[in-house]
Amino acid sequence: MHMLTIARLTVLEASRRKLLLALALLTLLVIVLTSWGFSRLPTMKGVTPAEVRVAASQLTILVAFMFSGVLALGSTLVAAPSIASDIESGIALAILPRPIRRSEVLIGKWLGLAVLIALYAVLSGLLEMLGIQWATAYLPPNPATAIAFVAAEGIVLMTLALLLSTRLAPMTGGVIALVLFFVGWIGGIALGIGQAFQNSTIINIGVGSRLLIPTDGLWHGAIFYLEPSDFLAAARAAGRVRAGNPFFADAALPVPYLLWIVAWILILLVLANWSFARRDL
Amino acid sequence: MEAADAASLAVHTQDLAKRYGKTVALSGLTMSVRRAEVFGFLGPNGAGKTTAVKLLVGLARATAGQAWVLGAPVGDLKTRRRLGYLPELFRYQGWMKASEVLSLHCELADLPRAGWKSEIAGALETVGLSERGGDRVEGFSKGMQQRLGLGVALLGRPDLVLLDEPTSALDPVGRHDVREIIRKLKDRGTAVFLNSHLLSEVEQVCDRLAVVDRGRVIATGTMSQILGQDGAVRVRVTGLPPEGRASLGSYGSLEDEGEWLTFRGLSQDRVPELVSDIVNQGGRVYAVEPRHETLEDRFLQLLKEQDR
Repeated sequence: MHMLTIARLTVLEASRRKLLLALALLTLLVIVLTSWGFSRLPTMKGVTPAEVRVAASQLTILVAFMFSGVLALGSTLVAAPSIASDIESGIALAILPRPIRRSEVLIGKWLGLAVLIALYAVLSGLLEMLGIQWATAYLPPNPATAIAFVAAEGIVLMTLALLLSTRLAPMTGGVIALVLFFVGWIGGIALGIGQAFQNSTIINIGVGSRLLIPTDGLWHGAIFYLEPSDFLAAARAAGRVRAGNPFFADAALPVPYLLWIVAWILILLVLANWSFARRDL
Repeated sequence: MEAADAASLAVHTQDLAKRYGKTVALSGLTMSVRRAEVFGFLGPNGAGKTTAVKLLVGLARATAGQAWVLGAPVGDLKTRRRLGYLPELFRYQGWMKASEVLSLHCELADLPRAGWKSEIAGALETVGLSERGGDRVEGFSKGMQQRLGLGVALLGRPDLVLLDEPTSALDPVGRHDVREIIRKLKDRGTAVFLNSHLLSEVEQVCDRLAVVDRGRVIATGTMSQILGQDGAVRVRVTGLPPEGRASLGSYGSLEDEGEWLTFRGLSQDRVPELVSDIVNQGGRVYAVEPRHETLEDRFLQLLKEQDR
């Protein structure tokens, strides 16, 4: 049960340190500004409703990309110091001699951070979608699933940063997690190019990067549910022209890949537990 | 020693060793702390005191040897409920109020929720922070943080309290308060493991002590055992013939400083005999001063002996 105590403490800390307030205010500002921007689309000279729809769907994907970026970077910044700074400051010295397992501390932190990430993704995603619908009457085909994938992307990166945090200084762990995040992104682009030109070496590199760092895979999962079917058909017809476009997804994520991502998170948590349990403080 | 024997002790270690890479922090530490006694763990900086405490509370894992705390092998989760610990270098969550820190530790120590309020109020009062319970810890001075840390260590009336340099950030009043708290803990049957390099602190409150140097216990026992039962006596004498001086060597190791003679290792009962012997040999005695060896003298002597 101490796991839930630590989870509650993690959420409380984010709230007391005004992280939640800062995020809420900035996000609201972004949603108001983007909604206003979307509301300008139908007022442009000579624009047809079909063109508004295409533009809105593309812009929605770009806005989602911005939110996924904020969430990924934010998750890293919050998770990278979580264990490391508790050790550096001596907070861990006071807590760990209590009748609490190190695994409870670790999983508690993960749980608290996962709740924060999910909460942010759902609230900001919901408000943004409502804003876009109000401004253009357009709504992506499956916004809820897309939001879930964006949240999962944040959770994946947070889990990686948490693992690094059991051994590395906050700065080092954070930088490594971010570098891997961007490497994963480039790996995703490589995969798209490899598939379009049917180059097996590049495909293998891309698949390897998606398996090792599933953030880009999840991002593509999110895009797919934001693409209207007519747009998807037109894009598929364009063929190689769209190769490597990081804002386009050809298909939904296969179930085995989704299962792999769940396993990936579990494996990293087991590794983090193992690493933290063996660390001398 | 078997685990069954260790059950009657607050702490028992057997050849406990800790190595960080090539650095030996603790080598072959063997010691026992009885229940309800105040035990001083004394040593110079870098002697391995903090490492020993960290091993006892499960923050680090021993490279070799064994240790029992309150009869259970170190790290036992249930036993940790009966343990209070004040780390040497620590900080609490600055964004929390002092009362919230205490409340968190009540929860982590598995104390019954109904008793938290009185536990927290009692702890704040004991360490002199009753007025500051509602303040955030980030505004606390180092000394106040140390007081709060002591309050946290006292929650739930633990059977063993390990204090790692508990007065390092405190003013003289604070140090006096801590000594009083330690005495009260002893009165209510709590064993206290006091890690310190402050000799006066150890001298004033400890029943027994171990002197540790380079990760090894170099002396252990009660204060009088460590200091030696026999003290020293200084005598101011004139008119004593040289052969007389030489014969006085049988009373103890003699330090001849002209008029002043110092006898070490002399039982106080033999002082009248010594004086009469000097007078019989024609000496005139002007002063007889018993000299008690201080812990500092003994401590420095022990360390010097180790260096030889």
